[in-house]
Amino acid sequence: MVLNWKIGGPLLGLVFFLAVLLVKPIGVSTQFVVADGILWDRQVPDIITQAADGGWTSSNAYLAKYADEIANPVNYNFIFVAAMMGGALLSSLVFGRISLRERMLPDLWRANFSAGWIGRWVIAFFGGMLVLYGARMAGGCTSGHMMSGMMQTAVSGYIFAFGAFLTAFPTARVLLKKEG
Amino acid sequence: MEIVLAIVIGGLFGAVLERIGATDPNWIGRMLNLTNIHLMKTILVAIGTASILMFGGQMLGLVEVGNMSVKAIHVGVLLGGAILGIGWAVSGFCPGTGVCAAATGRLDAWFFVAGGLVGAGAYALTYPFWEQIGFLKGDKWTIGAIPGADYPAALPNLPFTGDMLGIGIGAAFILIAIILPRRLVGHKAPAGERGAEPAE
Repeated sequence: MVLNWKIGGPLLGLVFFLAVLLVKPIGVSTQFVVADGILWDRQVPDIITQAADGGWTSSNAYLAKYADEIANPVNYNFIFVAAMMGGALLSSLVFGRISLRERMLPDLWRANFSAGWIGRWVIAFFGGMLVLYGARMAGGCTSGHMMSGMMQTAVSGYIFAFGAFLTAFPTARVLLKKEG
Repeated sequence: MEIVLAIVIGGLFGAVLERIGATDPNWIGRMLNLTNIHLMKTILVAIGTASILMFGGQMLGLVEVGNMSVKAIHVGVLLGGAILGIGWAVSGFCPGTGVCAAATGRLDAWFFVAGGLVGAGAYALTYPFWEQIGFLKGDKWTIGAIPGADYPAALPNLPFTGDMLGIGIGAAFILIAIILPRRLVGHKAPAGERGAEPAE
């Protein structure tokens, strides 16, 4: 069972506060670009190159913005996301494992779609494409824009939240009619 | 030192996301189809708590204002947010909760992450187009004027500082979380918790 919001909310807030107190606001979606850059560079070694001044750059205008981080993945942002995965794994092991049935296909999707777990995987893949394409266009995701942004009274955080919920609520109302 | 902080704060963040149910697509789905917005109450309280602590700390001089990082407003924020919203509802994951869910052994989350890598790659290839049509141009606005920071303020002539406004908005977020019922549609009990509130 999940933590009640009266406990979970302050705890999550404390983590966001710690991040801005000690380093900077939390953000995640940029690291998908860094991971892409690392994989891309393995296939096409010339995509990330060292400039004359020692810094890194790329022939792709977007990757060039993150070329230094792609060339040196052991940096705060990338390790942060790796540590998130470790924290979530530890927490799920300590406080209750998730059943295999649920890990293959979440209950709510089992109730609403008849496509089985392969269908769920296709849906999740397609959803992931939309989420990261949108997040990179917006310049951040639920963590960076919505949570870190709104806590700093950033106007962009409110615009992002408005855009995201504008489509997310109707989509979920249409697709997830049955209650799992 | 930075790497140690990344491990500590990142690890805490992942663990808390897992504990509040954010890495569970069922809880995201129930929030977005409005049959149980328990997770939204958690998020509202979290934003409020973090906002009050950060702005309070800045007013007392305990928190470095320079650590703030406000993002720019542009057309892409709204359009990108709307594209993300569709994928969010379809999959039940967002970038952070997706990688954490994958780590907890959810197989569908690995497909979400793979799709995310393709989506981010597709954006890297199409980025010049959005740049060219001016969708990514804009300034980094905050609502009020924050002392010690040089972000332009949307409401520059308030009778109080941006810090005080941030604390007020933070308190309002927590109040909204308290007032909101867990179920916003229909007359049944909130979905997925047999009527009782999650407790632990």
